[in-house]
Amino acid sequence: MITLEKRPEPSQFWVFATPLLSVLLTMVVGGMLFAALGQNPFVAMRTIFLDPLFSEFSWFYRPQLFIKGAPLVLIAIGLSFGFRAGVWNIGAEGQYIIGAICGAAVGLAFYPMEARWLIFPLMVLAGALGGWAWAMIPGILRTRFGTNEILVSLMLVYVAEQLLASMALGPLRNPDGMGFPGSRNLSQYPSAANLELIQESAMHWGVVAAFIAVIFAYVALARHLFGFHVRLAGQAPRAANFAGVNPNRLILICLGLSGTLAGLAGMFEVSGPAGQISIDFNVGYGFTAIIVAFLGRLHPIGILLAAGLMALTYIGGEIAQSNLGLPGAAIQLLQGMLLFFLLAVDVLTNYRITWQRGRA
Amino acid sequence: MSLRTILAGAALAAGLTSGAVADGHEPLTVGFVYVGPVGDGGWTYEHDQGRLAVEEAFGEKVETVFVENVPEGPDSERVMTQMALQGADLIFTTSFGYMDPTINVAAKFPDVKFEHATGYKQADNVSVYSARFYEGRAVQGHIAGNITESNIVGYIASFPIPEVIRGINAAYLHAAAVNPDVEFKIVWVYTWFDPAKEAEAANVLIEQGADVVLQHTDSTAPQAAAQAAGGVYTFGQASDMTEFGPVPRVSSIIDNWAPYYIARTQAVMDGTWESVSTWDGIDTGMVEIGEITDAVPADVKAEALAMVEAMRTGAYHPFTGPINKQDGSVWLAEGEVASDYGDDGLAGMNFYVEGVSGEIPE
Amino acid sequence: MDLSAINPILFFASLMVAATPIILAGIGELVVERAGVLNLGVEGMMILGAVCGFIVAVNTGSAWLGFLGAALGGALLALLFGVLTQCLLSNQVATGLALTLFGLGLSALMGQGYIGIKGPVFADWHIPILGDIPVLGPIMFQQDPMVYIALLIVLGTGLFLNRTRAGLILRAVGENHDAAHQLGYKVIRVRLMALAFGGACAGLGGAYLSLVRVPQWTEGMTAGAGWIALAIVVFAGWKPWRLLLGAYLFGGVTVLQLNLQAAGVAIPVEYLSMSPYLATIVVLVIMSAGRAPGSLGRIFHASH
Repeated sequence: MITLEKRPEPSQFWVFATPLLSVLLTMVVGGMLFAALGQNPFVAMRTIFLDPLFSEFSWFYRPQLFIKGAPLVLIAIGLSFGFRAGVWNIGAEGQYIIGAICGAAVGLAFYPMEARWLIFPLMVLAGALGGWAWAMIPGILRTRFGTNEILVSLMLVYVAEQLLASMALGPLRNPDGMGFPGSRNLSQYPSAANLELIQESAMHWGVVAAFIAVIFAYVALARHLFGFHVRLAGQAPRAANFAGVNPNRLILICLGLSGTLAGLAGMFEVSGPAGQISIDFNVGYGFTAIIVAFLGRLHPIGILLAAGLMALTYIGGEIAQSNLGLPGAAIQLLQGMLLFFLLAVDVLTNYRITWQRGRA
Repeated sequence: MSLRTILAGAALAAGLTSGAVADGHEPLTVGFVYVGPVGDGGWTYEHDQGRLAVEEAFGEKVETVFVENVPEGPDSERVMTQMALQGADLIFTTSFGYMDPTINVAAKFPDVKFEHATGYKQADNVSVYSARFYEGRAVQGHIAGNITESNIVGYIASFPIPEVIRGINAAYLHAAAVNPDVEFKIVWVYTWFDPAKEAEAANVLIEQGADVVLQHTDSTAPQAAAQAAGGVYTFGQASDMTEFGPVPRVSSIIDNWAPYYIARTQAVMDGTWESVSTWDGIDTGMVEIGEITDAVPADVKAEALAMVEAMRTGAYHPFTGPINKQDGSVWLAEGEVASDYGDDGLAGMNFYVEGVSGEIPE
Repeated sequence: MDLSAINPILFFASLMVAATPIILAGIGELVVERAGVLNLGVEGMMILGAVCGFIVAVNTGSAWLGFLGAALGGALLALLFGVLTQCLLSNQVATGLALTLFGLGLSALMGQGYIGIKGPVFADWHIPILGDIPVLGPIMFQQDPMVYIALLIVLGTGLFLNRTRAGLILRAVGENHDAAHQLGYKVIRVRLMALAFGGACAGLGGAYLSLVRVPQWTEGMTAGAGWIALAIVVFAGWKPWRLLLGAYLFGGVTVLQLNLQAAGVAIPVEYLSMSPYLATIVVLVIMSAGRAPGSLGRIFHASH
């Protein structure tokens, strides 16, 4: 019978081979699905996976990968520390929303004053603080009362969504908006706009922040004592205790870090690409980032690549919908499939499949 | 060279390579951006019916493309840009939240025509269009005021925005005109589409005595709830919802985008397209009144049809004075007709008329 | 304002109906979590159940067969999750989120030909004698059969978990899978069975929406009910009878706020809507008994 045997060390070969294998598997199974829907599977796959990168209009799509990927990277990097240490923040979506609300509120409070040197940094600060504070709720409840942070952080997502709706309809509503919900467009208010750094490159401050986060995370994990503590707490909690890691402090730091980054992501999104607070402002980056964090094996570089892959399927999926007439549902299904395969074949990295005759 | 010039060049190139539209060799490409799934049975479904009507009308001469479930914000901006790049000549963006993205993308593609639904920002190559659904609401109000026996009319409202408030006011005015004792119970569900919640809202209204339920949300759940309760009348919304006739559904407001979409596509083909602000109602068929079933007394039905006819010819405007605001102050003097824009105009309506109880939530 | 317009009997009767889909999905997830597995894909299983149930019911003309189909569909999707997390040891949080994505896509594809169709009628049962009791009768005994079935499932689950040996094993697996494995229990098999049950229940909950509550198929019709089910499991502290309380609280707040609005009470809707979630957090903090199963969400691998 087939059994799994744990490898002493994760296999270096499979670390790199599994993502390729899963994309390949997705293409095969997804291709069959598309063929069943009456599409040419090869054209469909090329459209989804290659057209955004190498086609006539890829000069437009490539920067779009940054826009779609940056919030995912920023949030997933923050989450990865906690996930490594066994601190489960699955409420990044809520922290993202609160960061956006706080950032936007500060920006709108100054409208129409012109002082970019003051307003934009204050907004960044407010976004970070908002996300941090929202994450501190599960943090403090966990450290003070032992309350499960998975569930508290998840519950707070719904609270944040309701808060978002009330902000879009109430205090932050655009007074010149003909009575429609939604705030003023921050990207049209120069002092508060998260502008493109190089014109038409789609590189906004959120993209820069995402890259900085990747570098810092890499350094912290590889070289810094904090990274060591995080890894130790996740792998051997008791040893971490002996090494002098204060578990409560670690929980608060991990949650605070992920909340801060999620809040920043929300703030950069609301002041740049999205432009305004609206009822449907959040589109699930906080949840998708959880998947991205795991697909990236909780490693900064892996997260960067995983976010790129997710962004690719979103953008390629849209192209396939409009060019080939594929239903949106088929794209969603393909994404789900890709995630399943990525998660499933990961087993090969940490385990060896062996044949055993009879019962060992 | 900035992207704007590249994009303009690319759009131009795309226009050239795909052949001049006017000489009719290559199909005209029409793009549609949808906020929901085409299978929502309501808002997006009706826009997609409009798309299919365009295909039907022009056959080989057009090619339509669409992307569904596009979130408002940067995703919609990307989808529009992508459509424009791939050679779309005309793009319909069918949700209010697409307003700023549409304007942004349109600025980059001066040769592509854009049509934004329900917004208020125009540009040289951006038209706006919306439907005067309140005309249909007036008809519903007239029927509701007549057929209610409990004198309680329930109203499932989505979000407190001008369009919904216009609908409430129009329905109330015409219900109260035929039945001074009528009372409107309004619940705000804060969603356009959540069948379970809509069903609950309908049930609550019915339990509190409503025997007519109007809805400004898109699912058929309230119809089913009314059917189960029995003795309750409803009106279809967005789609005809005939499957619930002859009772509880006694009539409906249908969003019929097909004539507009066909006309605008034709305008692009003929080279006569220009930026306009369209706000059409029953007159052009953008708002249709679904069949009034025999559950409605014949005289009431005749009156309702006469009203529809009067609105079709422009002889009657549902907001004709004297009408006071909720606080008793004068909104429209005797014989005065509400203006579309400006202070207290219909477009930005944010107050109830006199007689509607309760407050518009903030 | 006219609070007398709210009829308490009708209020509680509609509360029972509003709570039923989340009771069904919640009880399934409760068993899954008691077995130590965190499946965040409830929404995906519910929506698949909704579409499967509707398709089967329309084609066979029987709502009962529809519910059966829904349970099967939900269970199959749950088993996919089971194979991934239990056999291939993937992370449960990520897999559950992916499952929701997958379920939403699959259901939309399957349901394409079923939009705008009416399903078979599923009539209420007016239980003789009991249904005629004043006050209690209309609330408790004049509902559709699934309301009773949901309550029976909760009752059965409570008895199963606390009174049977199999229930004990399931809880042991959830508390400490390594110890359970040492004792010779088949951890993976127990968990797969729990997952299948959870998926079947979620499927029933979804079908309740598409066959009774709405009743029609529309894409995305569960509109977040699966996430509420997850919340009430936590609110319940993983105890079946408290799950009922949670479901009535969540269902009740929705029905109550609609009732208050209709009665003309000006209430801040958003703040009332967030109150059950805040209540759940408060409950989590106060009730130390609401401790999560020991092995919840952890990967099990029998190393020898």
